[in-house]
Amino acid sequence: MLETEIVETNLERESTLIARIPSDPIEQQWDKCRFNMKLVNPANRRKHSIIIVGAGLAGAAAAATLGQQGYHVDCFSYHDTPRRAHSIAAQGGINAAKNYRNDGDSIFRLFKDTVKGGDYRAREANVYRLAQISLNIIDQCVAQGVPFAREYGGLLDNRSFGGVQVSRTFYARGQTGQQLLLGAYQALEEQIAAGTVTMHTRSELLDVVIVEGRARGLVTRHLPTGRLECHAADVIVLATGGYSNVFYLSTNAKASNCTAIWRAHRRGALFGNPCFTQIHPTCIPLSSEYQSKLTLMSESLRNDGRIWVAKEKGETRAPNDIPENERDYYLENRYPSFGNLVPRDVASRNAKEVCDEGRGVGPHGQGVYLDFADAIHRLGLETVREKYGNLFEIYQRITGEDAYQVPMRIYPAPHYTMGGLWVDYHLMSTIPGLFVSGEANFSDHGANRLGASALMQGLADGYFILPCTVPDYIASTKLDPVDTSHPAFMSVEAEVRTRIKTLVSIKGKRSPDSFHKELGKIMWDDCGMARSDAGLRKALARIPELREEFWGNLRIVGGDDELNQSLEKANRVSDFLELAELMCVDALDRSESCGGHFRVESQTPEGEAKRDDANFSYTAAWEWKGLGQAPILHKEPLTFEYVPLSQRSYK
Amino acid sequence: MNLTLKIWRQQSANAPGKFVEYQIRDVTPEMSFLEMLDALNEDLLSKEEPPVAFEHDCREGICGSCGFLINGVAHGGQPRTTVCQLSMRFFKDGDSLILEPWRAHAFPLVRDLIVDRSAFDRIIQAGGFISVPTGSAPDANAILVPKEAADTAFDAAACIGCGACVAACPNAAAMLFTSAKITHLNSLPQGDPQRDERTLNVLVSMANEGFGSCTNHGECEAVCPKGIPLEFIGKMNRDLIRALGRRHREPLVIPAVVQEPFHEDTHEHHVT
Repeated sequence: MLETEIVETNLERESTLIARIPSDPIEQQWDKCRFNMKLVNPANRRKHSIIIVGAGLAGAAAAATLGQQGYHVDCFSYHDTPRRAHSIAAQGGINAAKNYRNDGDSIFRLFKDTVKGGDYRAREANVYRLAQISLNIIDQCVAQGVPFAREYGGLLDNRSFGGVQVSRTFYARGQTGQQLLLGAYQALEEQIAAGTVTMHTRSELLDVVIVEGRARGLVTRHLPTGRLECHAADVIVLATGGYSNVFYLSTNAKASNCTAIWRAHRRGALFGNPCFTQIHPTCIPLSSEYQSKLTLMSESLRNDGRIWVAKEKGETRAPNDIPENERDYYLENRYPSFGNLVPRDVASRNAKEVCDEGRGVGPHGQGVYLDFADAIHRLGLETVREKYGNLFEIYQRITGEDAYQVPMRIYPAPHYTMGGLWVDYHLMSTIPGLFVSGEANFSDHGANRLGASALMQGLADGYFILPCTVPDYIASTKLDPVDTSHPAFMSVEAEVRTRIKTLVSIKGKRSPDSFHKELGKIMWDDCGMARSDAGLRKALARIPELREEFWGNLRIVGGDDELNQSLEKANRVSDFLELAELMCVDALDRSESCGGHFRVESQTPEGEAKRDDANFSYTAAWEWKGLGQAPILHKEPLTFEYVPLSQRSYK
Repeated sequence: MNLTLKIWRQQSANAPGKFVEYQIRDVTPEMSFLEMLDALNEDLLSKEEPPVAFEHDCREGICGSCGFLINGVAHGGQPRTTVCQLSMRFFKDGDSLILEPWRAHAFPLVRDLIVDRSAFDRIIQAGGFISVPTGSAPDANAILVPKEAADTAFDAAACIGCGACVAACPNAAAMLFTSAKITHLNSLPQGDPQRDERTLNVLVSMANEGFGSCTNHGECEAVCPKGIPLEFIGKMNRDLIRALGRRHREPLVIPAVVQEPFHEDTHEHHVT
């Protein structure tokens, strides 16, 4: 079942990967690409309709900008207002190669850090463009009134973030994502008032409609009434975020889901690197079996906090009663040069190891200490309060513990998915006319995302890339008029209706959450921080069984013609149950370790991740062949001309 | 601990609503308030009763989705805490809690504890933005912003749009929400060119949506999970006077509201 067929790159457009990377020197690629694009006459733009699904950074920014340009835009969100998207929860900041600190930063350095941080599994051309555009994003956001941190002279402040050696991160206290999203949201609302964008709130995408090989519409469900609606357009953009909620417990919002990208995948969009997930090292540990989500604590805490566990397992004393010589500051001991500041994947994996050894702390043994006693001694209580006060407050609100007195407890949690729908340099998927942006695509972060890069990518895609590439597609494609009376819409709508009716009529015994929790545990245990051949095979045997039980034993109360939150949940879980299998297939196939993907079979003698560039220097793009059928692997080879391949070392 | 919950149940805007009493057992102090409701809903589902609908998403107190009244207090009364971050350790065995949705003319009920807050979006549409066509911005450091102004703008921009201020106000006013957006944008040099127009348009829109007026009760500030201070309402009023004095265009142009205008007949969910 797991045998995959390798398709060479000389097949037709539909079955192979043409990344459309310009052949110019990397510094000129984006300029030349834009120069070669076709334009749409301003007077004709309103005749072209664009659908944007999702109103987070990548979606709202694109909707606002394409609306400003004069296109007829429809934007969809399942929230009550576009300001709720989960981009809002990003804390740390946004990178830009402004070099305002005069500390040696440049576009080239941001590019190199991102390629290397991604463990050489990202496409160089995309990453270089991202670094270039980072400059424009900050300009745009400042002009919109995003209240970034400032110096007393009135200039913008910066900080160093995520272990890089320059200060290139712009931030708005610990709420950078919120402020950037509000900037994009306000720009979007301005366009809504101007009539260029029509906003469809509380509307969830349930399927994509393909007409003559091109993405031409959607079927959505209006959540308060259950009404199914068809919408036609010339272009569809999916900006629907990541899929960390496949693990049930993650730092994502509760409604974050994979439905949009998964349904598009089933309609022919290849899925890139599904197994590349990021587990964030500093989250508040699980405290009860009822826990519904994990809360992230900003990574900046590792700048001053020291991570440790007891040397002996089974330690029961309170942390402050454990003498210094009985503590194991394991990151400082194992990685003397980077210490507590090793990259996210390394920090997470080490925390798991010490907990697996039975040295974990806290009520469930799934946690490590993050101790500020030394920092308070060295810097004074006031300085620590000034730097981290709001984070200590969050911690206290949730745990009831005072981290000034006792060490914090932290544990890794699923946070971000580098994988997503495969897109070319224009951010178009393998379905013509279907563009994918932000976390929903696979493109820029390789196997591990660096801190403060997600906001950058979402806004680069939304404000600057799609507003060039989508019009180019419109201008260079002959698009016959299609409306929702086309038979393709009727047949997709009928399929969606059957699926929804089936979900409500199973009338079994188990709730959607109970299936989601069980799936999450399978994924966390066998496709989480450490992955093994045996574990992945076990998960691959278990997931289809669970899926079968889901379709036979699900219970939803209430109908499909009313606001029904269990039905919404069940529908999302049904897609996670399919995506999870593809993640395991991909993780099993990629027998190297790279970035956040750690295969226990592929490690150095010191237990570090070992890449296998000879065999795995490619993007895996999977083609759907039907439920229960083995997906087909397509490979986009990756070449590194500007950032030479090297093995990461943080010793 | 065991609790008694009296929860407002109403299937849709036009259906009749009523309080329904539920007993919930074995609540642990580690649970959040919404996790306690998750447990109640699992229990209801197991008895084939419809779960309680409530809005929520990030569960980190930042998205602004969640919120309802607990014993008459928006978000439950812990300082600077949304209901999603409200811990059950603040409650004790035998407590009886009344949960009901935001009650305001401008927030029509959707189902159970969910209301429609799209009036807030329409206030933003009227002028809660700075017009910057993408790509036209000058270099970020070309605009100097005094730190104090940046800090004030940030304090105001921290608003999450949850609607607790409206729910807590005896007049169901949206003054705190509106003043937060006006203070955010009017404090910054970038917001200055549209300052007067913004103030007037946003305030007219607020009134058109059916929100009440401020009579200085201060309930909004007391329940605001983000600590938006009452003084911003004073700032907004000063900006209004400035705008009225400097207004040089007649008549006042109010942007058309293009989406889902407020309907008189969809707000009937008075407490019985």
